Amino acid sequence: MRDVVIAGIGQTPVAEHWEISLRELAFQAMEAALDDAAGLRPSALYVGNMLSASLSHQAHLGTLLADFAGFTSIEAAAIEAAGASGAMALRIGAMAVASGQVDAVMVLGVEKLSDQVTGEVEAALAMGTDTDYEAEQGMTGTAQAAMLAQRYLHEFEVPEHALGGFPLTAHANGANNPNAMFQRAVKPEAYAKAGMVSAPLNMFDIAPNADGAAAVLLTRPDLLPPKFAHPLVEITGSSAVTDTLALHDRPDPLAFNAARLSIERACADAGIMPGDADFFELFDAFSIYTALSMEAAGFAERGKGWELAQNGFIQLDGEMPIATLGGLKARGFPGGAAGVYQTVEAALQLRGQAGKGQIAGAKTALVQSLGGPASTAVTHVLTRLDEKS
Amino acid sequence: MTESNQIHDHEHETARLLKPQNPVGIVGYGAYVPRYRLPAKEVSRVWTNGTGGLPILEKSVPGSDEDVATMSIEAARNALGRAQIAPTEIRAVWVGSESHPYAVKPTSTIVAEAIGAVPSTQAADWEFACKAGTEAMVAAMGVVGSGMMGYAMAIGMDTAQGRPGDALEYTAGAGGAAFIIGPADKALAEIESTYSFVTDTPDFWRRAYQKYPEHGHRFTGEPAYFKHITSAGEAMFEATGTKAEDYKFAVFHQPNTKFPQRAGAMLGFTPEQIETGLLVPRIGNTYSGAAIIGLTAILDIAEPGDRIMLVSFGSGAGSDAMVLRVTDNIKGKPQLATKTEDYIARRTEIDYAEYVRMRGKLTMK
Repeated sequence: MRDVVIAGIGQTPVAEHWEISLRELAFQAMEAALDDAAGLRPSALYVGNMLSASLSHQAHLGTLLADFAGFTSIEAAAIEAAGASGAMALRIGAMAVASGQVDAVMVLGVEKLSDQVTGEVEAALAMGTDTDYEAEQGMTGTAQAAMLAQRYLHEFEVPEHALGGFPLTAHANGANNPNAMFQRAVKPEAYAKAGMVSAPLNMFDIAPNADGAAAVLLTRPDLLPPKFAHPLVEITGSSAVTDTLALHDRPDPLAFNAARLSIERACADAGIMPGDADFFELFDAFSIYTALSMEAAGFAERGKGWELAQNGFIQLDGEMPIATLGGLKARGFPGGAAGVYQTVEAALQLRGQAGKGQIAGAKTALVQSLGGPASTAVTHVLTRLDEKS
Repeated sequence: MTESNQIHDHEHETARLLKPQNPVGIVGYGAYVPRYRLPAKEVSRVWTNGTGGLPILEKSVPGSDEDVATMSIEAARNALGRAQIAPTEIRAVWVGSESHPYAVKPTSTIVAEAIGAVPSTQAADWEFACKAGTEAMVAAMGVVGSGMMGYAMAIGMDTAQGRPGDALEYTAGAGGAAFIIGPADKALAEIESTYSFVTDTPDFWRRAYQKYPEHGHRFTGEPAYFKHITSAGEAMFEATGTKAEDYKFAVFHQPNTKFPQRAGAMLGFTPEQIETGLLVPRIGNTYSGAAIIGLTAILDIAEPGDRIMLVSFGSGAGSDAMVLRVTDNIKGKPQLATKTEDYIARRTEIDYAEYVRMRGKLTMK
């Protein structure tokens, strides 16, 4: 990936925004990104969204939101790849800028899950599975994750509550993020006695569904003035990989092969090894996803990812911090917007603007979003551009 | 103007108090709670293998031969017993409930007939989710305070419905209270003023021909219950120039234990101020009866001069805030009928199977 920088970022708090409509939520994030980019105007808008058609009965989001934001006559479209929708929109936007077809792209992630009540939201989210063979049989994303976790605990003889360190770390980090849905640390005792949702996953193993919108404004660095208002972050690596959609079609469901391949390809693109990154914003929709993603990225051997939750490896001052501003678990899971939130948070870290959650001197970030159980994996490498030369 | 701004503006609506032409108050009050109790842990046992959180200890369950009409009659007779007036002096009988036995045919005529208030009387049923009872009280204040009639009876009573296995099944209880509103000089507690805060907020509803209500999960909290209760309460503070410490007691609509505790704290009340009226842990959410049966428990022990703030909440949504001052007439009144705590102490525990039978949840044909 060549010469694409993040010139502006914006986000709304992640919460149940009952009183804010989808378009208003989207506009707030875009407006913040425009302000942050010091007046740069986009010539294209790519919207990462998963469920607006089913939950808000609104399709055609690209045009709706370009219109509502006053981006007259620009190119606009929505991109859908389940939980990876936002990350995929970022990749499409980055490719558009890199290709020279478009000078500046607004990449927006927006999701409004609170337009419907819980059962309907879970059913809508399940549309991201192979519906004929999975959702139609009653399978949901949570059920898939629970089956993976059960298999993982059995296969690798993992102790009970071993995955709990992941959500506890996320919650501890969320306390530093004013936009996080949950800004309070959770005690191990609270995790141990939390209500079971889908065995062996309890309430704290599962990221909460929420509403939110986040935006990044991409452009080529040569289109920006030499002295810009804030440090720039370059997209130095990008990759999207698919696996089988249905979990049962995989010979080795615990492998998260797409997650592994997309890390490898994005890092090769950027010319780094995964361990060269200063932190890893991964897709902790479920605690088991965190373990499997860490293994897929090569930070632990197969079956040993859970140990990283015990030894400080993933904490803010550890070797590879994750979920540095709360992750999906504490910041909240705004569906197709998640990937753009991850990108905005990584950009804050690389700019040195992450407040109390700042990782000192962070220069390189690994950011990965998943659609389903790594049925889609989209990975980006972001690098702080210290001096524009 | 955005939606969020519109909602924001509601918060800054200056309270316009409702005060009757002639001062009015409660001349008689009465509570009723059925004897059966279903522990919340029993619901949890059946539906979650005992792993569900418990919003209350237990809820009251009406017996097989009880409904809103019979329960309203019990409370109305208690109110009459304390008012010590002839039933024919009551010129209105209004029953607020969301579980009227009939869709068409008033509960209130059954109650009026049973207590001897017919035929020269107004009679009608009220519905506003859980605040139908206080809405009837406000109307009673109006007709008495304008001089149209000497006494009016307002009742809030429910045999609340909860879908089996739903979060509401833990709390949907049965009970309520009746009040005879009359001239302030005869009142045991003067209702000094009232203020209502109402918006169209669809947090909980039951459509026609449906057996069980639906709700918007957490939506029932922040934008519904807490916004309306605290907005009405704060507006009342502002309009009356009072603050929480000016009141001896406060009582709120109580759908579970935590909500009224938190709403009370948000308005600045101490746990001691809300303790007496907080009955939900032991009888459940009695819907139209919930806030006002708490008021009866307070009146049972109140002293002359005590000030009380009541704030009801009805889904849909709205809150009625009332400020009351207990008078010298309270002396001797609580003993004239069964006290609320005595009804609560009269307790027969049942299991989930008996509950299913009593509430007609088994389809027999």
